[in-house]
Amino acid sequence: MISVNQLSKRFGKLQALDALSLELQAGCSYALIGPNGSGKTTFIKSILGLVLPDSGTIHMDGENISKHWQYRDKIGYMPQIGHYPENIRIGQLLNMVQDIRQYHGAFDDHLYKAFRFDQLLNKRMHTLSGGTRQKVSAVLAFMFKPDVLILDEPTAGLDPLSVELLKDKIQLEKEAGKLILISSHIMSDLDHIASEMVYLYEGKLLYNDSIQKLKAETGEERLGRAIAKLMSDSVNS
Amino acid sequence: MLKIIRYILLDLLRSRFTLFYTLLLFLSTVGLYQIDGDPGKVMLSLLNILLMVVPLVSIVFSTIHFHNSYEFIELMLSQPVPRSRVLFAEFFATALSLGLAFMVGIGVPMLLFGAGGGSLILVGTGFLLTIVFVSLAFLASVLTRDKARAIGIALLFWFYFSLIYDAFVLWLLYSFSDYPLDQPTLILVSLNPIDLARIVMMLQMDISALMGYTGAFFRNFFGSYQGILFSLSALLIWAVWPIAVANRIFNKKDL
Amino acid sequence: MYFRTLLFLLIIFPGCTYARVLEVSPASRLSLAGAIGLAKNGDTVVVIGGRHRSGNLLIQKSMTLLGKNKPVLDGEGKYEILTIQAARVKVSGFRFERSGRSNIDDYAGLKAQGADFLEVSHNEFSETFFGIHVSKSNFVHIHHNQLKASSLLEYELGNGIHLWKCHSARIHRNRIEGHRDGIYFEFVTKTSIQSNYSYKNKRYGLHFMFSNDNSYRNNTFRNNGAGVAVMYTARVHMEGNTFDQNWGASSYGLLLKDIRDSEVLNNRFTGNTSGVYMEGTSRTRFERNTFKNNGWAVQLQASCDGNSFHRNNFIGNTFDIATNGSLVLNTTDHNYWDKYQGYDLNRDGTGDIPFYPVSLFSMIVERIPPAMLLWRSFMVFLLNRAESVLPAITPEDLKDHSPSMKPYDLR
Repeated sequence: MISVNQLSKRFGKLQALDALSLELQAGCSYALIGPNGSGKTTFIKSILGLVLPDSGTIHMDGENISKHWQYRDKIGYMPQIGHYPENIRIGQLLNMVQDIRQYHGAFDDHLYKAFRFDQLLNKRMHTLSGGTRQKVSAVLAFMFKPDVLILDEPTAGLDPLSVELLKDKIQLEKEAGKLILISSHIMSDLDHIASEMVYLYEGKLLYNDSIQKLKAETGEERLGRAIAKLMSDSVNS
Repeated sequence: MLKIIRYILLDLLRSRFTLFYTLLLFLSTVGLYQIDGDPGKVMLSLLNILLMVVPLVSIVFSTIHFHNSYEFIELMLSQPVPRSRVLFAEFFATALSLGLAFMVGIGVPMLLFGAGGGSLILVGTGFLLTIVFVSLAFLASVLTRDKARAIGIALLFWFYFSLIYDAFVLWLLYSFSDYPLDQPTLILVSLNPIDLARIVMMLQMDISALMGYTGAFFRNFFGSYQGILFSLSALLIWAVWPIAVANRIFNKKDL
Repeated sequence: MYFRTLLFLLIIFPGCTYARVLEVSPASRLSLAGAIGLAKNGDTVVVIGGRHRSGNLLIQKSMTLLGKNKPVLDGEGKYEILTIQAARVKVSGFRFERSGRSNIDDYAGLKAQGADFLEVSHNEFSETFFGIHVSKSNFVHIHHNQLKASSLLEYELGNGIHLWKCHSARIHRNRIEGHRDGIYFEFVTKTSIQSNYSYKNKRYGLHFMFSNDNSYRNNTFRNNGAGVAVMYTARVHMEGNTFDQNWGASSYGLLLKDIRDSEVLNNRFTGNTSGVYMEGTSRTRFERNTFKNNGWAVQLQASCDGNSFHRNNFIGNTFDIATNGSLVLNTTDHNYWDKYQGYDLNRDGTGDIPFYPVSLFSMIVERIPPAMLLWRSFMVFLLNRAESVLPAITPEDLKDHSPSMKPYDLR
C-alpha cells in the first residue's frame, strides 16, 4: 500500500535516511524501531509530507505523494505529544479537524465512547492533563476511518486502562485490514499488536520481517529480548 | 480556509495576551484623553504608540504564537490540506486578532471622547500596520525553526524599520544634499512601512509644514489624494509580500 | 486741530450750499457721460440702475457720483472705467465690470490721481484689472467695497486696492478676492487699514513697501497665494488681524523683511506653512499673538535682532521657532509652548526650567528640506531629545526662561 523507494534525507551532517526502500502492506501492523536518531521520525514525517526527501520516492496506492496533499485523507496520525490551541474546547477541535478534512461520512466513535469524551467536550485544551491530550490525539487519529494509521509513541503518558483500550482498538483495526505503523520504545506494548518489524539504524533498514520469524531466529520469546539480541548482533557483525 | 481561520481566531481572541494588549491600549488611550484635554496632543501620543508599540507587539507576538503553534501546525498538515492554506489561515487569524485588539483598544475610547476624521485614519493605518508586521513576523518565523532566533530576527526587523533605516535615509540625504532629492526621498521612505504609516498621519497633522519647504513635486503629491492613496497602497504591498515570500519558503520547508 | 476743522468745513459746506442733483435713469435722456460733463463743483449725479457702456469716464470736478439699484459701469474689457483727477470726489453704489487689461497703463475699475479727500464706498468691482488704483492722493477713504477677480493667470490680474504715494488714508471694511495683491501700498504713510477681508488672492493678501506709520487692525488675510508680505518699513502697528491658511512653498502668514520698530499684537496665525517669517527685522514686539497649527510658527533668520516675543501662545505647530544661525539676538519670555515638558514646583504659573523653542530637526530641515519626510520618526525624536539634553547645534541663547504653564486666554 505504501512503497518507499531509495528514500534519502540529510540534515546538515546527519544522514537521517539513507537509501531506504520498504513496502508496507495493508492488513499488517508494523513496529517501527530503532535507537534515537535512527531516522524513525524523519521516516514518519516523510510519509506525512512534512519532510521533503532529498531523493527517492514514496508511493501510496501507486501514486507518488510528492507535491500532493489529497492522499493524506487516507492517513490518521497520532503525534508523540499533542499540542493544541490553548483556548478552544475539545468539541471545537474535533469539529475543526473534521472541517479541515472535509469529512462527511460516519465517524468511528469507538475510542470516543471508550474514553468518555461526551463528558469532556466543553473542556478547554489548557485545562487538560497530558494523558487526556494524548486521548484527544488518539480519538482524532481514528475518528475519520483512515486506511493508514501512523501512531508515534501512542501509549506514552496514558494510564494503564487507556493503554489497554487503545491496544484493543489497534488490534481491531488491524483485523479490519488497515495498515498500521507504530513507533514505540515500549516493547511490551508492541508485542501483541505488531505483526511485522521495521528496524532502522542510522537511516538504513536493518531488519524488516515478521516478528514471528524474528523470535524464531533469535530463539527469544519476548520481543524486547529478541530485539536486544538483534542489536548486539548488528553491532558485532 | 475560513473555518480554520475561525477556530484559530476563536483561540487567539480568548488568549490572555490579546485581552491584555487590548486593555493596555484602551487604558492608555483613555488615560491620554483624560490627562490632556487637547485632542491634538492626544493624537501625537497615539501616533507614537502607533509607530512604536504596535509594530513591536505585532511582530513579537506573532512570532511567538507561530512557534508555539508549531506542533499544531504539524498536526494540521498531517491532514489532507495544502500547506499554503494552513499558513494563510494562521496569518489571517493572527493579523485579525491583533488588528481587532488595536481597533477596539484605540478606536472605542476615540469614539467615546469624540473622534474626527484624523483619528479614523489613525485607526485604519494602525490596522494596516499591524497586518504588515504580522506578515513580517511570519517571514521571520519560517526562516528558522528555533524560536529564540526567530524572535531575534523579528526584533531586528522592528529595530531596522523603526530606527536604523531612518538614520540611514537621513545620512543619505545629508551626503547628497547638493542634488535634487524629492523623488528619491519619497521612494526611500516607501521602502519602510513605518515611514509610510507616519506619512499618512503627517498628511493629517502637519500638512502646513509639508507644503512648505518641499518643492513642486511634493506639493502636487501631498496636496491631492495622491499622497494618501500612494502611501496606503504601498503599505498594502508591504502587507502582502512578506507573507507571500514566507509562503514560498514554507512550502519547501521540512517541518 | 484747527487745520482739521477747517478741512471738515471745506468738505461739508460746498455740498450743502450749492449742490445741484442731476439724475441719470432709463427714463431721462441724459447720459452718464453727459451728466458728468454738465455737473459743476459740488454737484451730485444720481444714476438709477441700468448698464452703462461709456468707455472711459473722466471726472475733473469735485462732485458726487451716486448709484441707486447698483447701476453697472461696463468697461467691455477695453477701457479704464472711471478716472478721477480732482479732489473731494465721492463715488458710491456702483458696480464696475470688466475693465481693460494693460500692464503698461495699469487700467483700473476706478483710478484716482491727485484726488485728495476721495471717498469710494459701497461699490462692487467684478473682473476689473486693478480694482481701485489711487496715487498721489491724501485723506482718501475707501470703505465697504467688494472686489472680485477670477482669472487664473497672474499677468491678467492687477491689485485689488492699490495706493501709491498717499498719506492719511483710511481703508475700512472692504472684501477683496482673487486679485494679484489684495491690498498694495507703496510710499503710503499714516494710514489706517481696518476690518478688511482679503482672500484667495494670487500673490499677497497685503503687500506694502516703504509705508511707515500705518496701522492694520482686525483684518483677515486668508488663503492667499503667498500670504502677506511687508518690506522696508518702520513703525508698523498690526493688531487683531487674522492670518489664516496661507499654504505653499515660500508662503507666509506674515513675511517681514527689513521692518523695524514695529508692533505685532493680538493677532492669530493659524494653519499657515510659515506663521511669521522674519528677515532683517529689528526691534519689533510680538505680544499676545496666537500661533496655532502652523508648519513653522516663526522663522527667524539670523539677520534679525532686538525682537521680542512675549506672552504669545504656541499651540500645535509642527515647529515653533526655526532659525538658520546660531547667534540669536532676540528674546522670548513668558510665552506658552504646548511642547514644553518642564515642571512648576513653586506653582507660580511659569515653568522652572527654560524652554528651547528651536529643535535640532528644524535646523536639519533648514539645511536639507526633503528630510521633512522623516519628521515624527523615532530617530528624529531621539535626535531632538539628545539635543535638548546636551545642546550642541541649536542656539543656546534662544530660550524662554519663564515659559507659561497654561495657554493665555487670547482672542
